[in-house]
Amino acid sequence: MKIALPVLAALLALAGGTTASRAEDNDWSVIQRGLYLTRAGDCAACHTVEGGKPFAGGYPLKTPFGTVYSANLTPDGDTGLGTWDEGDFYRAMNAGRSKDGSRLYPAFPYTHFTYVTREDSDAIFSYLQTLQPVRNRVSKPDLVWPLSWRFLMIGWNWLNFDEKSFVPDAGKSPAYNRGKYLVEGLMHCGMCHSPKNVIGAEEDDPGDRFAGGMAEGWLAPPLVGGSREGIGDWSEDDLVQYLKYGRNGRSIAFGPMAQVVSLSTQHMTDDDLQAVATYLKDIAIQQQDRGTKETKQAAQMSDDVKHVGALVYATQCSACHRADGKGVPNMLPPLADSSFVQADHPRSVIRLILEGGKGVATSKFPTPHKMPAFDWKLTDDEVAAVATYVRNSFGNGAPAVSADDVEEVRKAQ
Amino acid sequence: MRKDGLDRRGFLKVGLLGGSAALVPATAEAREYNGGGIPWQPGEASPPTQAPLESHQFFTVEERRFVTAAVDRLIPPDDEWPGASDLGVVDFLDDQLAGRFGRGDRWYMQGPWPKGEDTQGYQSRFAPAGLYRKAIQAIESHCGKAYGGRTFAELSGDQQDEVLTGLEKGDVELEGVSGTTFFDLFLQNTIEGFFGDPVHGGNRGMVAWKMIGFPGARYDYRPYVSRYNEKLDLEPVSVAGMTAASIPGGRG
Amino acid sequence: MMAKKLPKVDVLLVGFGWTGAIMAQELTEAGLDVLALERGVWRDTSTEFGVTNVQDEVRYRYRSELFEELSRNSLTFRNDTSQTALPMRKLGSFLPGTNVGGSGVHWNGQTWRFLPSDFKARSHNEERYGPLPEDMTVQDWGVTYEELEPHYDTFEYLCGISGRAGNLNGKIQDGGNPFEGPRARDYPNPPMEMVYGPTLFADAAAGLGHHPFPAPSANMSQAYTNPLGVGLAPCSYCGFCEKFACANYSKATAQTTLLPVLMQKKNFTLRTESMVLRVLKDKAGERATGVEYVDTNGDTYEQPADIVILCAYINHNAHLMLLSQIGQPYDPRTGEGTVGKNYAYQITSGVTLFYDDKVFNPFVGAGALGMAIDDFNGDNFDHSGLGFIGGGYIAQWQTNGRPIESHPTPEGTPKWGARWKKAVRDSYLHAIGISTHGSVMSHRGNYLDLDPTYRDVYGRPMLRMTFDFTDNEHRMSDYLTDRAAEIAKAMNPREIKVSRRTGHYSIVPYQTTHNTGGTIMGTNPRESVLNKYLQSWDLPNLFVMGAGAFPQNAGYNPTGTVGALAYHSAKAIREQYLRSPGPLVQA
Repeated sequence: MKIALPVLAALLALAGGTTASRAEDNDWSVIQRGLYLTRAGDCAACHTVEGGKPFAGGYPLKTPFGTVYSANLTPDGDTGLGTWDEGDFYRAMNAGRSKDGSRLYPAFPYTHFTYVTREDSDAIFSYLQTLQPVRNRVSKPDLVWPLSWRFLMIGWNWLNFDEKSFVPDAGKSPAYNRGKYLVEGLMHCGMCHSPKNVIGAEEDDPGDRFAGGMAEGWLAPPLVGGSREGIGDWSEDDLVQYLKYGRNGRSIAFGPMAQVVSLSTQHMTDDDLQAVATYLKDIAIQQQDRGTKETKQAAQMSDDVKHVGALVYATQCSACHRADGKGVPNMLPPLADSSFVQADHPRSVIRLILEGGKGVATSKFPTPHKMPAFDWKLTDDEVAAVATYVRNSFGNGAPAVSADDVEEVRKAQ
Repeated sequence: MRKDGLDRRGFLKVGLLGGSAALVPATAEAREYNGGGIPWQPGEASPPTQAPLESHQFFTVEERRFVTAAVDRLIPPDDEWPGASDLGVVDFLDDQLAGRFGRGDRWYMQGPWPKGEDTQGYQSRFAPAGLYRKAIQAIESHCGKAYGGRTFAELSGDQQDEVLTGLEKGDVELEGVSGTTFFDLFLQNTIEGFFGDPVHGGNRGMVAWKMIGFPGARYDYRPYVSRYNEKLDLEPVSVAGMTAASIPGGRG
Repeated sequence: MMAKKLPKVDVLLVGFGWTGAIMAQELTEAGLDVLALERGVWRDTSTEFGVTNVQDEVRYRYRSELFEELSRNSLTFRNDTSQTALPMRKLGSFLPGTNVGGSGVHWNGQTWRFLPSDFKARSHNEERYGPLPEDMTVQDWGVTYEELEPHYDTFEYLCGISGRAGNLNGKIQDGGNPFEGPRARDYPNPPMEMVYGPTLFADAAAGLGHHPFPAPSANMSQAYTNPLGVGLAPCSYCGFCEKFACANYSKATAQTTLLPVLMQKKNFTLRTESMVLRVLKDKAGERATGVEYVDTNGDTYEQPADIVILCAYINHNAHLMLLSQIGQPYDPRTGEGTVGKNYAYQITSGVTLFYDDKVFNPFVGAGALGMAIDDFNGDNFDHSGLGFIGGGYIAQWQTNGRPIESHPTPEGTPKWGARWKKAVRDSYLHAIGISTHGSVMSHRGNYLDLDPTYRDVYGRPMLRMTFDFTDNEHRMSDYLTDRAAEIAKAMNPREIKVSRRTGHYSIVPYQTTHNTGGTIMGTNPRESVLNKYLQSWDLPNLFVMGAGAFPQNAGYNPTGTVGALAYHSAKAIREQYLRSPGPLVQA
């Protein structure tokens, strides 16, 4: 939450009043819709640095190939979008091109935004133009050669990108189509939740769609598959609750997803969230029908691991997650039947045990319940034992965790 | 704490009054919080300070001899269970007196120091470290006079008890320091070392907890609330780690 | 050095514990800009209070990490004016907190309402028993139970109190406390699940004709979401509750009930490491203009405000009033003046029961886990011929088995040595205690003023406490102890040990952190510091929260009443004072 919500509200209020002359040209409802869409797109997350002015850019986006700094979206003439018009903005969204025609790096998710309609793009632009102009020249990308050669993006785009516009599927419900439009477009869920190929583009094999990825070093769980793989078995209601309140009976958002909920999805309408859920559920069912994944088998725990794991669990974990692993709905997440706990790679489970975590605070659930950090207290063996234990108790099943796995994550902290 | 640019968390809005915004150590100036929600940083925690397994920071060799003998009269070994010194209480005391507690950092230590009523409590001009030093010297001096030049450690158990009882009851007068004040603090600290968490240097292997059936630093007894009149025999754990085996000096 | 003057705020809170957080929430909701100055630091569940680190008896109970540092500011104490008051050099009898959340972080969670008659202690007792002794300076509160009932309710629902109603709108309920004042609705949560000991106590007490009930508890009997949406988790009976911070979101504190909402508000600012030195007044001495405070660098600031609310612990509120020369200091010789008047406390005693054939697992506990009887509290029983007024509850709590603090031994056991060790070992799992929690009536000679000799680290004269138990308290406590012993015997232990509170009050052994009075409320400025809305009679834009407002202390833990009084005051500020910022009660 780098930009507090009241600030956005204040900005909006400002927009309705005295600021930016350009705003006066725009219909109030368009600006309001622009704000809504800007939130749905979670633009603030990447275009605002901590402690910085909203949407003034400069936020470093680390990619496997180097660092790209987000653009200044405020209407500053020299350093922002002050000289842009709606057409320029739409070209960036739709074609991944800057005003001068140069190719943008795909850290800007134009591969998704290409679906955004001209009308929505214009509304977002209208809203951004109501912001207070901030002079902030963002740094040039710091990429490994040869990617620093922007023109090489031609090749990347040739491989990974087609300009598209959204075409509704006539055989599906309006909710499905609205959901698909949002998920594939503005919300750019696949950026984190789909695996990437070696050059950082999302895999386009249908079997890999939403099959999970990484975000800021955290597992972004598969949106498909049963609880031993992902959240494909969540009900539509589970999904809506989670996006609206940051929590449901099965999980609580923390880490990067906490920010997504906080800045973006909690502000979306129930109808849109329901549409998103409809679409995601549809994909999950399709994937299930495809039967691409085998159900993971439970690991065999040695007596030693079982003893240490159970003792650590009983003395350190059960106060919150309870002896039966069921947690407290909407406060302290259950470990039983959790896709996060049973993820293929235990990296995120280990990391959470080591550094702790903070659940998202939303309007209905303002308490950001936190998990303490155990890095100072538990040895690698103990973390491995308890991680193995929770991955293979309460009906869970997942590969065992080794002390080496823990050491690796600890070193990366 | 992760500090790389990928972290988009950091809800703490910190400001130096009249200065530039920055994270400041807890000891400096005022911090201001406004509208940022509940602060949190990855890895943020308040771990205990692990005492050294053997602490030789405060007592002199002679003082250590006195303390070792005396704590073993206060909590003596028996056939089944070790006494205070076996469980590291001397190291606990040494470590405590060498630190903030010994200096009386949290105590009000300004004068004047007239003699008070019992109901007014501790009125020594000495912080704990000074009190121990002064009192042990005075007790040894008392022992030398009363028991033919012998030190406390050289006395028989009964004689040692006689000295300690004299201090407790106020019958043994010490030079420049109140025997009762010292005895009360010494007994209290000895019990702290014996029954405290092993992280502080005493209660090695959590043996004192095992002796009475206290399961230590656990946090969830819901499964046991309704198990009336049943001895549970739960394995104790330390606040420093899981099992006796994982605690320095632990001996399961 | 000149204090730097800072921009004015609407409301300034001095101290950020329970009452500070309540007032901040209520007054920011009214649209005011609220600033809280807290001398301590930020702290919260999981980070400072983690299941990883809180269960440490040496660190927290005996090295006082959650408690105030006397090296900065203590008080001096004497039993009566014939003695020279000497500094409280280390903590003992009571344990005020510091840092965000205040003492509320390490409370038990025993959350009572005072009896309707408690609020009319003078008129009620005089009406029933005739004139009170001359030196008993007991007063009516100026506020009634009926007026406070909705605010008790608000506080209980904020906290998620676990309990069973005994009197719903005048209808007595089975299994609750039949003596309590009528409540509009039941507790928000059911009672806690009982451990073994309290069930034995309840059976024995009922057998003797008393009325046992599950004690009202701010430890959650189940998950609870309060009206602000803040979520509290179920208590895990960890046994590190009172004198400790909860690591599990299961004890109601400012952190677990209010701060998640408050800390998101743009019109609320918390400034920590800011020690308020005095309240500032205008030249005419008619209004508070703000406060002077010092940060940990030693730099001083003037913080102006339209409304100043003292929310510190009671001794600090009284101290600030005296240092700032607000109102007339109380003089015990003449009985005139009000600031510092009627300091009171609580008188406690206990009976320990030792069994051969029963196991209690004392470590399975919570701060407010137990069964109680209220048959001998307040004026719930006929005091004719007893020679005292007041009373207290009798309860069998199972709060903890922390062995440094809790290692009961039978009568006649030495305090150390082989016999002590054996007795501790034999008794640890097999002993329980019944405790009495008695009222303390105010007395002409019990008061607070400034010490002539000792100064705090800021160079200010320290507060001086003059206090002793009177015959009224000893008779009352003995009476309660006798009743407790009767119940104990009916529980058929091998033996009991009766621990009476005898002799003079001593500041050494821990008793309770239930200090009251000094900034008392009442019906007129001649007899009290505050009106019924906790508003200063002298400076109408100054309010003083907390148990300092109690004109005498009832036989209950104070926090429920402290919370209710804060809500009562906040309502008056919102609905009356803001419209017309003057005295809410005409003197």
